[in-house]
Amino acid sequence: MDLYAEILASTIRMSVPLVLAALAGLWSERSGIVDIGLEGKMLAAAFIAASASAVYGSAWIGLFFAILVSVGLALVHGYASINQRGNQVVSGVAINMLAAGLAVVLGNTWFKEGGRTPSLPPEGRFLPLDIPGVAALADVPVLGFLAKVFLSHSIITYVAIILVVLTAWSLSRTRFGLRLRAVGENPHAVDTAGISVAGLRYRAVIIAGVLCGLAGAFISTSLSSSFVRDMTAGSGFMALAALIFANWRPWRALFACLLFGFLQASGNYLQGVSLGGVQIPVQFINMLPYVLTVVLLAGFIGKSIPPRASGIPYTKDR
Amino acid sequence: MKRRSLLAAVAAFAMSAAAAFAADDKPAIVFDIGGKFDKSFNESMYNGSEKFKAETGTAYGEFEIANEAQREQAIRNFADQGYSPIIAAGFAQASALEKVAKEYPDLKFAIVDMVVDLPNVQSIVFNEHEGSYLVGILAAMASKSGKVGFVGGMDIPLIRKFACGYAQGVKAAKADATIFQNMTGDTGAAWNDPVKGGEITKGQMAQGADVIYAAAGATGLGVLQAAADGGALSIGVDANQNYLHPGKVLTSMLKRVDVAVYNVMKAGKEGTFKPGILALGLKEDGVGYAMDEHNASLVTDEMKAAAEKAKADIIAGTIKVHDYTADNTCPVQ
Repeated sequence: MDLYAEILASTIRMSVPLVLAALAGLWSERSGIVDIGLEGKMLAAAFIAASASAVYGSAWIGLFFAILVSVGLALVHGYASINQRGNQVVSGVAINMLAAGLAVVLGNTWFKEGGRTPSLPPEGRFLPLDIPGVAALADVPVLGFLAKVFLSHSIITYVAIILVVLTAWSLSRTRFGLRLRAVGENPHAVDTAGISVAGLRYRAVIIAGVLCGLAGAFISTSLSSSFVRDMTAGSGFMALAALIFANWRPWRALFACLLFGFLQASGNYLQGVSLGGVQIPVQFINMLPYVLTVVLLAGFIGKSIPPRASGIPYTKDR
Repeated sequence: MKRRSLLAAVAAFAMSAAAAFAADDKPAIVFDIGGKFDKSFNESMYNGSEKFKAETGTAYGEFEIANEAQREQAIRNFADQGYSPIIAAGFAQASALEKVAKEYPDLKFAIVDMVVDLPNVQSIVFNEHEGSYLVGILAAMASKSGKVGFVGGMDIPLIRKFACGYAQGVKAAKADATIFQNMTGDTGAAWNDPVKGGEITKGQMAQGADVIYAAAGATGLGVLQAAADGGALSIGVDANQNYLHPGKVLTSMLKRVDVAVYNVMKAGKEGTFKPGILALGLKEDGVGYAMDEHNASLVTDEMKAAAEKAKADIIAGTIKVHDYTADNTCPVQ
């Protein structure tokens, strides 16, 4: 029973960076800006969070700088794709490469540990919240199980869930959300109505930066206790895949990310466990997430339709 | 120290930086993925090289691999410049080293953790199963639940050798003990994934393991962290990792790659370099377990006595620890 609770708790842990990154992609793409650079922004944020936290001894300061740097990179992407009307995919890839290289070079210069950052003390990390009364539940049959699954997380996890709700609400119920979606579908109409296309897109890109900053800080200061080269390990791209699964909708993105997280978690936990007397080969377990991704993409998800104007730089008609 | 690391950083990005040293019978070392500050395998070799440099005043060429494609380039680059001996760190460099060593028969090469059968190559291998057996005994005796864990890096016979030796040691000390064995992955990325290492460790702890042995390069840092967070003990590998979480790392399985690298470099300088296979075990002090002020309170006299007795028996030949790589099977699970 403990093991199942632990797998589900791990599912949530593994999903959090995916959820945050998928929301970042959602905001950006719903406004018409394709964001391949999620991975790079997360990586840069993970690095800065671990570095700042190591230097100042506070996870919150780490988080602050992570968001700052991630928003900085998002603005670079925004400038390239909104003002300069550049190719958004190229700009995103450039950010990925920049982040991967810079993190190691700066890490080496600052800490001299080969691009790694020093291990963080407890106050430098987002540890699981100590919610009063939860420890007492441990031996209660059902509640103990649920407490272990849902109440054993760090604060960023709960923030991520709130952000899903906020995103869903503001995209569908607020004036800002409506305009933002419109700018991703038909920027000309928005422009005609006298609303700034560039302004809306910049706001979306900045939101994406903040979300990636949270995701990166979570990876290096909550899931782990230091930055290691390439530690985001493709979660930015998995988040993009989840976003496509989810047809660019927030709640569905949450579930897609939870599914990916579950596959990762069970891959980690089910190794060496035997089912019905047969031991499952490690390779098979490790392969599962990829196979399921292909199967799900091919068979179960209907046609997914991206925002119509995404990836197309906006030029005013003459 | 500052300048050296900066140089290293430059070398990692520009192959040609290594050319900055004039090379005349100077040794060179190519570190494996994970980098020379992985607090484990590569760092241990880096320490050996630094010791050589400090003692002899001879600078050495070094290169840190950032991706698979660089291995052969790096070794060839050193060979072109006449570095000798050239040391390749890690099993994964074998084919690259073999290719280059054939082309430069006058230069001397050495490889750690793998056998390359050429007249100008020294292959240094370790009896990791013997060292792992000893930490297995310590793990079994330190475990309260009778369940212990093993987290490997990439799933290769070498890492299975660690696991198998460990399992034999655990069973020798506690016949009814349960051992959970997990590998992080099937690619080189498995050496550099502390998040996954930590999750696997949490999984083993959820199943009751309270001592966990990591043989996984930088991934092991995540294992040690997760164990320390979750109140379990961990066992480090290659270098002495006891200091990483004082009082929470039971011991470290030492693999004296630093001594091996130092000896190769020194032999190269003194002209006593000998090609062939060099196997370093308990007898040669090539492997062992780490004791220091950080784990003194964790290892009781009784545990130490048991480990020392096993060590003596292995050296004397009365205990035979099965080597997984000999037949790719392990007698205990």
